[in-house]
Amino acid sequence: MGLTIATLTLSHFRSHRAARMALDGRPVAISGPNGAGKTNIIEAVSLLSPGRGLRRASADELARRPDAIGWKIRAETAAPLHELETFAEGADSRQVRIDGKPAPQAALGRILRILWLVPAMDRLWIESAEGRRRFLDRMTLSFAPDHADAVLAYEKAMRDRNRLLKDMVSDAHWYVALESQMADAATRITANRHHALSRIAAAQQGAETAFPAAELALIGPEGEDIPEDLAPALAANRRRDMAAGRTLLGPHRADLAARYATKGVPADQCSTGEQKALLISLILANARALAADLGTPPILLLDEVAAHLDQHRRAALYDEICALGAQALMTGTEPGLFDSLGNRAQSFAVVEEGGMSKVSET
Amino acid sequence: MAAGGAHGGDTPREIEALIDLMARLPGLGPRSARRAVLVLLKRRGALMAPLAQAMAQVAVSARDCRICGNIGTSDICAICADDRRATGEICVVEDVADLWALERAGVFRGRYHVLGGTLSALDAVGPEELRIPDLIERVATEATREVILALNATVDGQTTAHYIADALAATGVSVTSLAQGVPIGGELDYLDDGTLGAALRARKSF
Repeated sequence: MGLTIATLTLSHFRSHRAARMALDGRPVAISGPNGAGKTNIIEAVSLLSPGRGLRRASADELARRPDAIGWKIRAETAAPLHELETFAEGADSRQVRIDGKPAPQAALGRILRILWLVPAMDRLWIESAEGRRRFLDRMTLSFAPDHADAVLAYEKAMRDRNRLLKDMVSDAHWYVALESQMADAATRITANRHHALSRIAAAQQGAETAFPAAELALIGPEGEDIPEDLAPALAANRRRDMAAGRTLLGPHRADLAARYATKGVPADQCSTGEQKALLISLILANARALAADLGTPPILLLDEVAAHLDQHRRAALYDEICALGAQALMTGTEPGLFDSLGNRAQSFAVVEEGGMSKVSET
Repeated sequence: MAAGGAHGGDTPREIEALIDLMARLPGLGPRSARRAVLVLLKRRGALMAPLAQAMAQVAVSARDCRICGNIGTSDICAICADDRRATGEICVVEDVADLWALERAGVFRGRYHVLGGTLSALDAVGPEELRIPDLIERVATEATREVILALNATVDGQTTAHYIADALAATGVSVTSLAQGVPIGGELDYLDDGTLGAALRARKSF
């Protein structure tokens, strides 16, 4: 058994005024009608990792209405024991405390590795590169917690460079200084991403799984290559970037290309069901690779994942999660969706009562 | 709650104004400012009057050094005026607090250049605001052998360091930066991954 959440407490978080769940490390099946507050629970767990969580919400959107007095999520992990807290008051940004001490968000990634799949990602392969890049970076972060620092450093320098471009500043020394900072961070970002992709590729090989393997590749915008050393490329691109008013080249423009391996078909041309199966396959491969690397599988957040799978695939997914020993938190509108899990999972029901979510173990 | 009347029913306006000014100091909030003012009021003769006098004097006499940006009481600071410190080394720091730290340690015998911040396009802080053109001129006119960049290891600090190094490249002066690694008396166990990595890369023969 790896690092899991033992207790989860939500205070004034979205539809929950006060919810407490005691978890025993088994997968968690959360059922309830639409709008009861199921996804809010797994969103709360997603905020125990760096970033804006699975809905990409800002801190002030997360407060319970109409009170809007701020919110707090608290979790205790088992083996080893840590106390994680994240909260926001009023319009302030979200804060993190680890074991009672203030900590940067990035430090969360060193404690829990969390991956998720939400219905909004069903169109991941057909929509813009931004979503795929985010998916890739979430997987990368699970292997390399310092990936968040590299991304932050890169974005900070890039925002400054974009301001220079917009203001038509022509001080070459200033560009060189920012571009060398960007290039350093870009090298780390790209290396981390390649490492994650190679671990996932390895975990797909020879795996016993009901889900189709995907061939993944990191590509540049419009299929271009991303230069290995970014600094000279950025320098050469200044005039073009100035015309655009932003930086057009770099890891912030990278894309994740996927192919349904056995059919050789690009993911965006697969059927809706196949696209979803590819995503599940990647999440599971990521989890297997992490389990092999760290000796502990990540926490999986699977929102409404059962609904789109036939009975056979659903049972296969549950079997693979149980074989991994991963603490997977899954939501579904009907408790029946989780029948084949039996007592291999903990079950919770969420209902809405008087404008407030109520969570109870069943 | 900071404005008038907040400090208790009938507190005179002058005392409230003093508390509000005091609360603007770093490390003080309304509550601690009130406590500090109360101490001053109780010790008017022994503490408050001398403090007021010292502040009035320094407010008139304080000057930024025209050469290095250090704060002193004359147009040229004591360090820049001291010929013994013309070693050909200029140490570039972000803030006067960093200069004071180096002076307290007594480890550096050259002169300084205080930037007063770091480059930030987003905050409209450019090379002119940081007196970088002055630094380049100093390097040319002061017979400088080495420029030591003692800047913070943040993205902005390092961007500023890169800028200065790049801007000085044409002058041929040697540009160095402080080492990063294990603090004296520090334990490896407590170092973050980045520092540990930097320390390992910069290892030296024993």
